[in-house]
Amino acid sequence: MSAIDYALVAKVCAERAGLSVDPAKSYLIDSRLAPAARREGFESAAELVAALKGGEERLGAAVAEAMAPAETAFFRDREVFERLWEVEAPALARRRPEGVVRIWSAGCATGQEIYSLAMMQAEAPAPTGRVELYASDFAERLLERARAGAYSSFEVQRGLSARELVRHFENRGDQFQLSRPVRQAVRWRRVNLLEDLTPLGAFDIVLCRHVLGVLTEAAQARTLQRLEGAVAPGGLLVLGANETLATGSAFAAANGLAGAYVRVDRARDAA
Amino acid sequence: MKGDPVKTCLVVDDSRVVRKVARRLLEDLGFAVTEASDGLEGLAWCRAMMPDVVLIEPATPTMSGIDFLRRLRLEPGGRGPKVIFCSGQTDLDRVREALDAGAAEYVIKPFDGEILAGKLALARVA
Repeated sequence: MSAIDYALVAKVCAERAGLSVDPAKSYLIDSRLAPAARREGFESAAELVAALKGGEERLGAAVAEAMAPAETAFFRDREVFERLWEVEAPALARRRPEGVVRIWSAGCATGQEIYSLAMMQAEAPAPTGRVELYASDFAERLLERARAGAYSSFEVQRGLSARELVRHFENRGDQFQLSRPVRQAVRWRRVNLLEDLTPLGAFDIVLCRHVLGVLTEAAQARTLQRLEGAVAPGGLLVLGANETLATGSAFAAANGLAGAYVRVDRARDAA
Repeated sequence: MKGDPVKTCLVVDDSRVVRKVARRLLEDLGFAVTEASDGLEGLAWCRAMMPDVVLIEPATPTMSGIDFLRRLRLEPGGRGPKVIFCSGQTDLDRVREALDAGAAEYVIKPFDGEILAGKLALARVA
């Protein structure tokens, strides 16, 4: 592929999914596009890009999906999950009339984070109220893997204890699959965070960890704006432990929980 | 870790290659490492100097990992070390047996430094 081809890939990723792709990282682009090219019936990434240039619009989605990073892990920063489950979710449940807490993993990739919460729920149901777990990604390929809930031995060893492994997983060939009740505790949906999120309703906790960092600046701003509407007033937006938001937004840093922000409740402040 | 005494790890595996890899990863994590090529030799090491952690391949020629665990626990000071099984065996029933016998964690081979560090943290030794 030529430099122009790599630039085209970067442009398509930015337009379709707000992904920031460095056209100079040709090796990364080649290695991520090659499997996508095979899935679409092409011999190589170069052929796939040539067809895209030839006007096959639908291939843009395949390219953007293929370039989406899928880096995630079970219980990434375990103390964040413990605090969310033991402290934040029960506190939010008490403020809801029906005691229902809605949690959404936005940009869930292969689903490890929402399943971490599903496992916590299976081990110790929330002390108050009911928890509803939702997860989304724009990449259908990742969502399919997430829904299947089957992981390699490398994946189940990142963040997961052996006790959790035997309690919640079953051998499935070379892989380990989450038990049916844990899988069925999560509702999945394909969502592009750049698009209108209002049909999804409001959530009490939105996990959007290590997602903003892979987006272009414009896409980061737009996604944050969309998420403002998706987090209920008083609810939490949880970013990666090392990710920060500029102040002055609709979110204020949450005490003692790295990367977490409270959706400011303007009506309450005015009262 | 600064100021703490160096933690010790005994690696028990009949593969010299695995011992070498494990030693390098453990030394990178700040452990002092000793090696044994089977369970019997491992027990002899423990009698001489009880380690903080034992990383053991449960299928060495002389003794099963579970027998090693039982015999270690009968030694003076033998209740101290955390024992982490390290095996290519992925059958979850075998993992469950190891945990029920008192293994603190279970590492599936092949593994890398990140996995080993994570398992040591979960076993509360790193």
